[in-house]
Amino acid sequence: MTRIHDMGGRFGDGPVPREADESKVFSTDWHARALALTVAAGALGKWNIDASRHGRERLPPADYAQYSYYEKWIAGLAKMLVEHGIASPAEIAAGRSLADAPDELTARCLAGDRAVPVMKSGGPSARDSDAAASFAIGARVRVRPIAENETVDGGHTRLPAYVAGRTGTVVLHHGAHVFPDSNAHFHGEAPQHLYTVAFAAGDLWQHAESPDDEMRLDLWESYLVPA
Amino acid sequence: MPHDHHDDNPHSLLPSEPALRVKALETILTEKGLVDPAALDAIIDLYSHEIGPQIGAGIVAKAWTDDAFRAALLSDADQAISALGHGGRQGEHVVVVENTPETHNLVVCTLCSCYPWPLLGIPPGWYKSDPYRARAVREPRAVLAEFGLTLGAGAKVRVWDSTAEIRYLVLPMRPEGTGGMDEAALAGLVTRDSMIGTGLPAVAGAAT
Repeated sequence: MTRIHDMGGRFGDGPVPREADESKVFSTDWHARALALTVAAGALGKWNIDASRHGRERLPPADYAQYSYYEKWIAGLAKMLVEHGIASPAEIAAGRSLADAPDELTARCLAGDRAVPVMKSGGPSARDSDAAASFAIGARVRVRPIAENETVDGGHTRLPAYVAGRTGTVVLHHGAHVFPDSNAHFHGEAPQHLYTVAFAAGDLWQHAESPDDEMRLDLWESYLVPA
Repeated sequence: MPHDHHDDNPHSLLPSEPALRVKALETILTEKGLVDPAALDAIIDLYSHEIGPQIGAGIVAKAWTDDAFRAALLSDADQAISALGHGGRQGEHVVVVENTPETHNLVVCTLCSCYPWPLLGIPPGWYKSDPYRARAVREPRAVLAEFGLTLGAGAKVRVWDSTAEIRYLVLPMRPEGTGGMDEAALAGLVTRDSMIGTGLPAVAGAAT
């Protein structure tokens, strides 16, 4: 069983919603503020992008389903701040600081003049690895049958349920990348080889629109076994 | 050990109005000296005015007019894009996928909202919506039809679900009748949606 965020292939959603003016980057000011605040808080270094995603995924399903996109971000950020001891529940409720932050944390505050360089430099997830890649381009592979984190119950994974147990073909090899299922839980980056695997629509969907259409996903080595 | 207890949801302590929720968190972090409001302003300004789909459009137009660049872009996008001075957060590893008469590419992130920020900016609301995330992989042709795009017979749809840190940019086909246009004029035809795969470049002459 995966979590509510894993919605690829889900039935029942209506038309894709469009906005009247799609040229606006942020449809309202607080959207922009929520994004920037999440990025700036992440720069404190208390968590990583995988943990941050998992924070949003762990919201109660009813809240996740009801919240707009940036509301999920705000709720996820509140969770991370409390879990990592940056803000107390009392402070979240009061909407103000009730205790000073330790110096080693304030030292990590993203200064105004550092924000743009930090955004423009980014943080690659590729890592050097001595491990040999198990799969070659063109190899037939089967995805593990259970789309769950293998070590943490209810843990983060980037294996969508809609390909669990399905067979596809390796089409790209990206080298080794940080493994989110480990990194999200601060168990280390544990890099693994990352592949793009192509699946025929007819192998994923009972009533595919066109069986020869293709869905391609990026999947880590431990998600796959030889077919 | 999942944190699934109902008393472990700090967001339930926040005000009901979303703008006030953001304000509360910003106030707490600013008062603690952990967030510099000037950094927030700088990030918002960067993605409001400097980084957006015009960057991707310039890259597409260059690929349309420069065969060597096009080949480099398709074989090692990171190097080709970095040589133009672009790159950064949410675009550290880029793969460019080329539309052809036989294959139409479409990009989605079913698990969240992964998107090539340094090339296209912040994703539009629809890209982050549940219906797009849910439907793009099961019924991409129905989704494309909603965007006014009906593929020719014999064209295959190839959906890229961005499940890792690889970011995908679609290189659309250069429209017919644009042989006389230079790179800058061509860039004006390249829409954001055409680089996600939910649209095609604007028709030459119709652009204003």
